[in-house]
Amino acid sequence: MHELMVTENILEITLRHAKQAGDVRVTDLYLVVGELSSVIDDSVQFYWDFVSEGTSAEGAKLHFRRIPAEFTCNNCGKTYHLTDNLTCPECESSDTRIIAGREFSLEAIEVSEDLPESPLVVADPGEGP
Amino acid sequence: MSQRITVVEKILGANEQLAAENNKILNRSGVFGLNLMASPGAGKTSLIENTIRRLGDQLRIAVVDGDIATSIDADRAAAAGAIAVQINTGGECHLDAVMLGQALDALDLTLVDLLIVENVGNLICPANFQLGTHKSVLIASIPEGDDKPYKYPGMYQGVDALVINKTDLLPYIDFDMDYFRRGVEALNPNLITFPLSCKTREGMDSWLDWVAEVSAEDQG
Repeated sequence: MHELMVTENILEITLRHAKQAGDVRVTDLYLVVGELSSVIDDSVQFYWDFVSEGTSAEGAKLHFRRIPAEFTCNNCGKTYHLTDNLTCPECESSDTRIIAGREFSLEAIEVSEDLPESPLVVADPGEGP
Repeated sequence: MSQRITVVEKILGANEQLAAENNKILNRSGVFGLNLMASPGAGKTSLIENTIRRLGDQLRIAVVDGDIATSIDADRAAAAGAIAVQINTGGECHLDAVMLGQALDALDLTLVDLLIVENVGNLICPANFQLGTHKSVLIASIPEGDDKPYKYPGMYQGVDALVINKTDLLPYIDFDMDYFRRGVEALNPNLITFPLSCKTREGMDSWLDWVAEVSAEDQG
C-alpha cells in the first residue's frame, strides 16, 4: 500500500551509491524482501519505472530475493516455515520466535560505464495496457 | 563493463534514523510516547477518550491523530481535554517518522507528559514504520474475529501491549478467546494484554494503571 514511498527510498539509496561510484549508470538492483515485510514486488516494479525516469538508474532491472518467514521453536528447537496455526509442527508448542522474514534491504547494485541506450530502442510494442 | 557494488542498506533506514531523532526529542522534554495501532473501528479513539478522561488530572496528555482525511478524531481528543494535533496523511496508509516529527514541531512539549499517537487504522503498514515512541500498543476488538493474529502476524509480533476491546460483545459473537490467545502467544510470547470494554468500562482500570506506570518510567 505504501510502495510508492518505498520505491522512492530505493531510488534515493541507489542514486547515492551510484554517485559515490562516479555517477555511473545503474543497470540492476538486488533487493532482499522478507515474507513478513508486506512489500509487493510487482507494485514496486510498477512505481520503479516512474520514479527512476530521467535518472541514472532509469530502466534498471529489479531483482527480488524473497526470504521466507522462519520460526524457531523454543521448546524443541525445530526451525520451520510459517504454519497456518503458527505453532510448532513438531511439538505443537506456541513458544516460538521469528528468526527471518522481516528483512527489507537493498543488497547490491550493478553499474555500467557504458552510455545508456536510447529509450526508443528499448520500447516494447508487444506490451499492451 | 559492468560492476557490482555492495550496498546492504535497509530501505526504511532513513525512517528509522528519523524515528531515533523523534525519540531523542521526546526524551529531552521528558515526554512518554505511545503508538496506538489497530484496524479501523477497533476503538482507538474511544480508548484515547477514556484514557484522557481518567488520567487527565494526573498527566498532561497530547494526542497526535493520523488519518487519511478529516479531523474528527483530533476533535474528539480535544473535547475530552487533551492537546490534539491532526495529521492528514493524504492517502498514506500509516504514519511515519517524518509526519510525527512535524507534529512534534507543532506541539509545546514542555506542557506534555504523555503523547498518544493514534496511527492510521490499518493492520499491515504501521507495523513497518517506527515513529520514535517508547511503546507500541495494538487494539484488537471482538467483532474483528479471533483469526487476526494468524492473518496479520507482523502487527501482532511487533507490539509491547495488546488491548482486546469490546469484550461486552463476547456473548453475541463467535469469538474463540483460546484460539485468539494461542496465536498471540506464538507471535509475541508473554505479551501483556488488557481485555476491556470502552462502553461498559469493564477492565479499563488495568489499562489505565499500566499507562500511568509506563509513563512514569523511561523519561530521559
